[in-house]
Amino acid sequence: MGKPTDLVQGTLDLLILKTVALQPMHGWGIAQRIKQVSKDVLQVNQGALYPALHRLEQQGWIQSKWGESENNRRAKYYSLTRDGAKYLRQQQAQWSRLSLAIDLVLNTT
Amino acid sequence: MRWYYKLPLRLRSLFRNQQTAQELNDEIQFHLQHQIEEYVARGMDPKEARRAALRLLGGPDQIKEECREMRNVSFIENFLQDLGFGFRVLRRSPGFSALAIICLTLGIGANAAVFSWIEGLLLRPFPAVAQQERLLVLVGNNRVAGDKAASGSNPDVSWPDFVDLRNNCKLVDFIADKIMGATLSIGDRAEWVAGSIVSSNYFDALGIRPLLGRGFEPAEESGRNAHPVTVISYWMWKERFHSDGGIIGKTQLFNGVPHTIIGVAPEGFYGTFVGWPIQFWVPISMQEKFEPGGYKLEDRGELWIEGFVRLKPGVTPEQAQEEISSVAKRLETDYIATNRGRDIRLLPLWKAPFNQAGELGPMLKITMAVVFFVLLIACANVSSLLLVRSLGRRQEMTIRLAIGAKRSRLLRQLLTEGLVLSMFAAAGGLLLAYLCRNLLVVFFPSSGSIVANLKGEIDWRVIAVSACVCLISTLLFGLFPAIQASKVDLASALKSESGAVFGARGRSRIRSGLVLVQLSLSFILLVGAVLMVRTLQRTRSASPGFSTDNVLTTGVDLVSAGYDEQRAKTFDDELIGRVQALPGVESAAWARVRPFSYVPFSSAPIAVDGYRPAPDELPTAEYNQVGPGYFTTLGIPLLSGREFTSADDETAPLVAIVNEKMVAQYWRGEGPVGKRLQVKGQSMRVVGVAKLAKYSTFAEAPKAFFYVPLRQNFSIRNTLNIRTSVAPATLAASLAREIHALDANLAPFEVITMRESINFTALSSQRVVVALLGIFGGLALVLAAVGLYGVMAYAVSQSTRDLGLRMALGARRANLLWLVLSHGLVLTAGGVVLGAAGALSLTRLIENLLYKVSPRDPLAFGSALVVMAIASTTACLLPAWRATRTDPVRALRE
Repeated sequence: MGKPTDLVQGTLDLLILKTVALQPMHGWGIAQRIKQVSKDVLQVNQGALYPALHRLEQQGWIQSKWGESENNRRAKYYSLTRDGAKYLRQQQAQWSRLSLAIDLVLNTT
Repeated sequence: MRWYYKLPLRLRSLFRNQQTAQELNDEIQFHLQHQIEEYVARGMDPKEARRAALRLLGGPDQIKEECREMRNVSFIENFLQDLGFGFRVLRRSPGFSALAIICLTLGIGANAAVFSWIEGLLLRPFPAVAQQERLLVLVGNNRVAGDKAASGSNPDVSWPDFVDLRNNCKLVDFIADKIMGATLSIGDRAEWVAGSIVSSNYFDALGIRPLLGRGFEPAEESGRNAHPVTVISYWMWKERFHSDGGIIGKTQLFNGVPHTIIGVAPEGFYGTFVGWPIQFWVPISMQEKFEPGGYKLEDRGELWIEGFVRLKPGVTPEQAQEEISSVAKRLETDYIATNRGRDIRLLPLWKAPFNQAGELGPMLKITMAVVFFVLLIACANVSSLLLVRSLGRRQEMTIRLAIGAKRSRLLRQLLTEGLVLSMFAAAGGLLLAYLCRNLLVVFFPSSGSIVANLKGEIDWRVIAVSACVCLISTLLFGLFPAIQASKVDLASALKSESGAVFGARGRSRIRSGLVLVQLSLSFILLVGAVLMVRTLQRTRSASPGFSTDNVLTTGVDLVSAGYDEQRAKTFDDELIGRVQALPGVESAAWARVRPFSYVPFSSAPIAVDGYRPAPDELPTAEYNQVGPGYFTTLGIPLLSGREFTSADDETAPLVAIVNEKMVAQYWRGEGPVGKRLQVKGQSMRVVGVAKLAKYSTFAEAPKAFFYVPLRQNFSIRNTLNIRTSVAPATLAASLAREIHALDANLAPFEVITMRESINFTALSSQRVVVALLGIFGGLALVLAAVGLYGVMAYAVSQSTRDLGLRMALGARRANLLWLVLSHGLVLTAGGVVLGAAGALSLTRLIENLLYKVSPRDPLAFGSALVVMAIASTTACLLPAWRATRTDPVRALRE
């Protein structure tokens, strides 16, 4: 197995969408949250995070708004759009099916 | 994903680039701050923490670049960049750019102009009318033998039919309209203006709100001549009444009847007749005062209304047609005598048979094809220019490729440069079209204040079409040179072409191919133009079946002078007596309609004993009302029987003279003299058979036609025809004297020969085609010659070394001249062969415009060949002469 920070291709989008689905969040917060929730297993490659955010915004799945951060700094907050929520549900279902299938294959003795 | 998320984002990234960049920067700084704080909290030194944070993020500039790419603006940005670069490139070679833009402007402009005519005359002829696309033409049609539309079947409908349709159909609004002319007298000044007889809903149904006053009311439709009210045009209000604000309620004389002015039409509304602007409108009840042929509002057999329908919202033309057909079917069975075999059809506006649209349609279609040829030729020229220029830019392309540009990117850039050219040309072309929007009017005869109204319309559709033409032509002329230019490999880029042999290289072969196409296209146009010119010549000298040169024709406006029928009859008789007594006059006769004029003949359902019409056939024929001596005067031979005499008057039994075609059609060729002809239920005795003639146009098919004595079917407005060898001007003077002697207030219309009268009307459409083909054919020829010149001149300039060598080896100037000339002539010959093949298959399309000229007329092909040869020799002469001036010493030293 590789380093624990590696993310499976294409899962970054899913993780971002899931994270901002809970509440509007800025880039730094998203990276921290993913790390926390996954108990330090998943570490977002910071270089890939911002292009991904901009792409998702361009596709209309998330939208951004400038606001005040916890320590009173100007920060860009991302939140899920209605289309994004729909897309997230689809992707989540797909992911569950996939991981279930992989589980099945791996656990067959 | 959704455009309403994307569009604002895209526009923001595009136009507020600065701000977007700033925001991105802030966002990344914010992230870095947090990271640094975290490291510091873990006990790192601030400087060290900053470095570590940057390392973790992976370089802010790369991230910014990636984000920008994610925002997908590079495509548009590149395009704008290319556009700017294109402008600079064009500015650097102004000669090339000007030539290319002029060629394209002519090509695109010709297309835009013709489309603006099609738009303004055929597709949307009435700009003031709201939602013209819901307006359709209502046309009567005689079914003959099955469902085939009878040629020359009267498209008008009768008022009783119109009213029945209106009362029984719910899906459309019916609009009745009939163009007419009347004398307008204001003060001591009288002029002829075009007017319209309309149903009372006319203005409401068209969505036209009068500027002043009101439109017509339903009550004004009924009562014979009971409502002398009128709505006048904006033009008349402004020019003749000096924009009088209190005009409503004043009266105005039309055809001798005082009319109360109840409204003024808004500016820009010229009525619903393609060709002439309408200056006043009267309600249908006034028909008898304006439309010749007596009172028609209760006569189902009188077909005279030019109808329109307006679809109600949500109704399709098919639904409307279905409803109207079912009512028409009922009318057919209810009124067998007048309606049998007659159905009612809805046609789009551009197929209207009763105005100029019908005539202009086929002409504009041909012109559209012609200007497309012109565009192709212009594109070939520009293509050729670009190919030459691509040679000069090989170094630039090589460098671009060498430093890593993709070929697709190069292609895109070259095409964008082409687009810049054609954008300029499209703007110029639209300007050209705007300047030419009234060009068609020039070809149509005008009289007095009636000036033809044939205006092109430049609306957003024309602009859209021009933009499409612009894009298509960019691809046409730009794609190939762009592919060529971007196909650079280093090996060939190092070689020079300048040493090559005259006229034998890949790229120049392509250009020769382009010239070949140009030459063949312009040859086709030349053949078409010559065919039309020959048709015009033939028509000018053609015989319509009656004398044209020794017959003068004129008239007197008794209607405006307020003559009633009795006074008019007396006047007509006395004047004929006086005219016949004039020296040099052989004979003179009145007739209601002058042949080949814009006034339509009467037409009526007929019945012949022994002729059994098909179940759904209603035999109909056109006829003219003529006075005694008409056949002698016009020189129409009588094959049997006799001419009308003054004895054939109101008190005598009804008589008729029929033409050959009618005998063949209804009496199976047997002599009909003495037999019975029934016209609208009236029984007439046939007294003579006249030779077939042309009645309205030279191109018409032989048609059944008959004549009745004017006295037995009188109308007040007639034309006077005089057979004489006296010059028109001389006769005009003595005629004016005689008329003055009878009534001091009267004067004759212009006295012209029958030939002039025919040329006036019959040739106008042919003249338009000739002129348009001439203009565009000439343009095409010039463009093709310029193309040929360009190729030859370039070939000569590129092969100076070859030419110099030949000279040094003893070639004489004549040899070199011939070398270049022959090369040009070979190209021309190829173009002529290709063009002739194309012309043979394409000239069939204009066959119905030709008169007594075969579409494969050898003379036409021959003359086109001569013109072509002269043009291309001229084009090659200068380059050939330059070739002979080659200085061998200098050429070899270079």
